[in-house]
Amino acid sequence: MTQLVLGAVAYDAKVVPIWDGFLAYFESHGLPFDFVLFTNYERQVEAHLRGEIDVAWNSPLAWLETERAARRKGRTAEAIAMRDTDRDLTSVVLVRANSDVHEVRHLHGRRIGVGAADSPQATLIPLEVLAQAGVQGTVVRHDVLLGKHGDHVGGEREAVKSLLAGAVDAACILDANRLTFVREMVYVPSAVRVLVQTPAYDHCNFTVLDGGPPSIARFRELLLAMSYEDARVRPLLDMEGLKAWLPGRTTGYALLERAIERFGTLDAWLAKQR
Amino acid sequence: MSDVVDLGDLGLDEGAHLLVKRALAAAPAIVVRGSSPTLAVDLPAWARAQGHRLEARGDAYELARGPDRWAGAERAGTIAAPVEAAPARWGLAARGALVEAGAPSLDLSLATRAEVWADEAARLYAQAAAAQWDPATAIPWDAPIDHPPEVEDAIVQVMTYLIENETAALLVPARFLARLHPHFREVMQLLAIQGADEARHIEVFTRRARLRRDVLGLSTAGGQASLASLFDEPEFAIASFLLSVLGEGSFLSLLWFLHEHAPDACTRELARFAAQDEARHVAFGLAHLQRHVGEEPALRERLAAAIERRYTALAHTAGLNAEVFDALLLLAAGGWEPAALRAGHAAVLALQQAMDDGRRQRLVRLGFAPERAASLSALHTRNFM
Repeated sequence: MTQLVLGAVAYDAKVVPIWDGFLAYFESHGLPFDFVLFTNYERQVEAHLRGEIDVAWNSPLAWLETERAARRKGRTAEAIAMRDTDRDLTSVVLVRANSDVHEVRHLHGRRIGVGAADSPQATLIPLEVLAQAGVQGTVVRHDVLLGKHGDHVGGEREAVKSLLAGAVDAACILDANRLTFVREMVYVPSAVRVLVQTPAYDHCNFTVLDGGPPSIARFRELLLAMSYEDARVRPLLDMEGLKAWLPGRTTGYALLERAIERFGTLDAWLAKQR
Repeated sequence: MSDVVDLGDLGLDEGAHLLVKRALAAAPAIVVRGSSPTLAVDLPAWARAQGHRLEARGDAYELARGPDRWAGAERAGTIAAPVEAAPARWGLAARGALVEAGAPSLDLSLATRAEVWADEAARLYAQAAAAQWDPATAIPWDAPIDHPPEVEDAIVQVMTYLIENETAALLVPARFLARLHPHFREVMQLLAIQGADEARHIEVFTRRARLRRDVLGLSTAGGQASLASLFDEPEFAIASFLLSVLGEGSFLSLLWFLHEHAPDACTRELARFAAQDEARHVAFGLAHLQRHVGEEPALRERLAAAIERRYTALAHTAGLNAEVFDALLLLAAGGWEPAALRAGHAAVLALQQAMDDGRRQRLVRLGFAPERAASLSALHTRNFM
């Protein structure tokens, strides 16, 4: 079997031990495996399209980039697997508890703190939901590690700090980070209110392109076979933040698609893909 | 019908997750209700992170328990008593704790009850903990010192020798302590408190030496060779036999000798306190070796061979250095009068006899015949430790 090469974005130092661990897991099950780390998703998607990697661990935005760029080339992309924790996420728009903003429409014309410009969860999706509600404001970005599509939670944390400091009137974050920031004592629960919760959407997936090597099927099979109750793989699943791998699905990206169409997020990048 | 958990207005950002966890521990599927304004944000996000499946049903949520981190977990024996052989996979877990599968293994080579255990360990540890003493208040540091300067020099020489020996008595067990499986908690605690005992002894011997002198006495090559041979012993049973049973056993006689013959109250008292500690060290060494020999009679011959081996290895050294012997003599004499020297000399000979008697008795307790015990005792290092 030829060696399967996976691409992943190094949004944090822990990415190295994560994929070293997966490498050992796949190799121990007879799948020759290696991985390449990229500093940003665009570089990873381009390498994927050039055939330099066989499977990409993609953010939702990188999935749309791959899918659209592939379509332009007459090719097809497929999402073969995702984490249980990649399904049915929501984002929330927070305001200060004592804010005069009580309804979505009150945000119109106000300062809206978001995460990195390319973060689906902390920027694109919440701004899309606000736009659908007719709200336009001054977007204040917190570009922590641009190119990593918001994988790094730092942008959201900065947005919330701006909210607490009064520098913005609202902050957009992933639902789960509301509790995370309470635990991290970024704020006390009573300091903020949830103004809006977006509809559910999906997050990362393993993306492959047509014409990939046959070992992709084995890769997917081994992923789906990982059990959280198996002590040998549990540390890997804990590090990557999941309890089970699930088959990929692409029904959860519609909200993000509407966002990138509305904001033209991918236009410049796509124009360069021939 | 699933169990229903009503969180009231308690939010997951205020601890409500405990109620959900408790309910899920009792039933694989539950229904959760609540009126916290952020429940619709926090409960699905929390459930997703925990791997629990969640479905919104009207104003409530159905939750189904996800995979269990504790599947395959194993109890690290029982609190009450250690197992025969403690596996490396229990690592640092407290004895009796439930250990998650996949915890890192700790490769500690002293991991069997036969090698390390003594039923007396817990009692000796408790006794040691209760008997800790404060050098600052226990020892009469201001007691008068009115013996001749040469006798003070002799005391400083004896203290120098004691410090060196107690340093070995601290470091040798510490090296085994670092290799001991913590499952044998009482033994671990006992070795640790023995280390603390020795540290205190080193402190008081040093402080005594400095009462009247700015420099310490002599450290001989032969004395150090004798102690260094204890560091070469890789087996816990043999090292503790040589150190605790024979070495510290002999030391016990030496400390009681100092308590009886030292010319000043300070030296007499610190010798008494140190002797009480050393008696526990000897008791533990004897207890676990008696048990070990009982389970593995062949160990007895290995112990005998170790004495013989050490005797051969040290044959080229001078044994107890003349300076220590003479210092003990002068210390016991307390002055230069011929009658006092005669008495001091007799006392040192009696000390050596007492050491030999003690060693023979302990060897007999380990199952050696009296004649064999006598011949082995005679081979014990002339450096005492």
